[in-house]
Amino acid sequence: MASVIVNFELCGRDVEVLVQPMATLQSVLRNQLGHTATKEGCRQGGCGSCTVLVDGEPMLSCLLPVEDVAGRRVTTLEGITPIDGLDPIQEAFLESNGFQCGYCTPGMVMVTRALLDHDPQPGREAIVEAISGNLCRCTGYQPIIDAIEKAADRLSGSGEQTGER
Amino acid sequence: MAKLRGTGIAAVNYPTGMNLGGDPSQALIHATTSGSFVVSLSSSDLGQGLRTVIGQIAAETLGVAADEIVIDTADTDTGPHCMGTFASRATHRVGNAVRAAALEARAALLDVAAEELGACAEEIVTDGHGNLLVAGDPRRCIPIAEMASKAQFTYGRTIAGRGSYMKPKSPVDPETGAMDPDSTEAHACTVAEVEVDTETGQVAVLSIRSAYEVGRQVNPALVRGQIVGGAFMGMAHALYETTEPYYPSVEHKPKDFSEYVLPGPAELPEIDAVVLEIPSSTGPYGVKGVGEMTANSPIPAIVNAIYHACGVRVDDLPVTPEKILRGLEAR
Ligand code: FES
Ligand code: FES
Repeated sequence: MASVIVNFELCGRDVEVLVQPMATLQSVLRNQLGHTATKEGCRQGGCGSCTVLVDGEPMLSCLLPVEDVAGRRVTTLEGITPIDGLDPIQEAFLESNGFQCGYCTPGMVMVTRALLDHDPQPGREAIVEAISGNLCRCTGYQPIIDAIEKAADRLSGSGEQTGER
Repeated sequence: MAKLRGTGIAAVNYPTGMNLGGDPSQALIHATTSGSFVVSLSSSDLGQGLRTVIGQIAAETLGVAADEIVIDTADTDTGPHCMGTFASRATHRVGNAVRAAALEARAALLDVAAEELGACAEEIVTDGHGNLLVAGDPRRCIPIAEMASKAQFTYGRTIAGRGSYMKPKSPVDPETGAMDPDSTEAHACTVAEVEVDTETGQVAVLSIRSAYEVGRQVNPALVRGQIVGGAFMGMAHALYETTEPYYPSVEHKPKDFSEYVLPGPAELPEIDAVVLEIPSSTGPYGVKGVGEMTANSPIPAIVNAIYHACGVRVDDLPVTPEKILRGLEAR
């Protein structure tokens, strides 16, 4: 099949890519655009390590043909990481030891960002619900939940902007 | 039909580096021209934090801050030999190798510092803040980083060290089976509380509480990470995980994460632990190992708790709702 050109916004920048039809957003991000924070745990929708935000909503980039994001706003972990230092969510993960191997972390941080954008003070149940599509084989989830609670406290307490950059 | 609660207990005596010996781990250390130290290894960090604890051990031995240590590891083509990260052996075995290498590098550093400061090597000490000084005369001192650099450009020396740790191979006595398989042993005891639903056979784990004795903790936060993650994994093995359920037949075994049964954050019980430190005599700074063992005692503790709750004794894992219901029926 003939390649197609797809335009979308990636972390605040307009990008144009030439892709095979049905190429996944995940493969385009990692292999064509160098956004390798988006991980490849299973490439079939089972692990959540590839989660990115599309128009602010968490989506599994391994199941998303890149044509589907044409004209839309895609945010990866690279997009929420400041040039200097870390995003408050990342800080909270670091302080709570919310990762070991780190493979699930980019996906966990992205679902946390979407959760806190919708619900700045989520209860424990909402947190569990938000990360229930994201597997972690190292931490036992407790440190991740702690990290999200800490990030929520900090972001809502200090009244900081949580919108996407 | 009821929800029945039970409590179970189990203990583990965990052998660090359980493979009869003959499995060396090696380390090389050298100072760079900027005065930081590079530790070369082949040992993999799978996320447990090996690089962190090895850096701490090297820093402690050399007398510098941990962020002065660069860990270059896991290229088995170019690094010094390591048998691997398994059997909870890495902090102990690799740690011993790194400590030996750091001691040799430290001796080279003290030698050149003696020359620089006009003393003999035996008189030179480190102050724990990155400085070398003459014992009893702290005005004669020089930062380690500066000395390491000067060693190379003024004295034409290398500041380097080699280390290896190997427990000699232990033969098995063919008559008695006696052997000396491990390097040290860590211990843990777990108490689990469960609730069994006798209508559905579902088991909810309410809490997993443990006491650990793991030798000296190099990094307590990482030890806790292992314990909490391991308790959750133990619960997963006790109740959910198997690669071969063969149910109803072999073609139905799980092929990927979408079919493999795993607990998620919704199944998370309360997990807590206390840690006792009884230093080992063979580990660097008294360490043992705390890896694999963290998923051990939670499993029999949960199985025992199920028995306590509903009188069903299951002896093959995982304990599925079906096995509980069949057990209840058979009673
Ligand atoms: S890689 Fe997308 S869900 Fe696993
Ligand atoms: S930190 Fe290893 S999978 Fe989550």
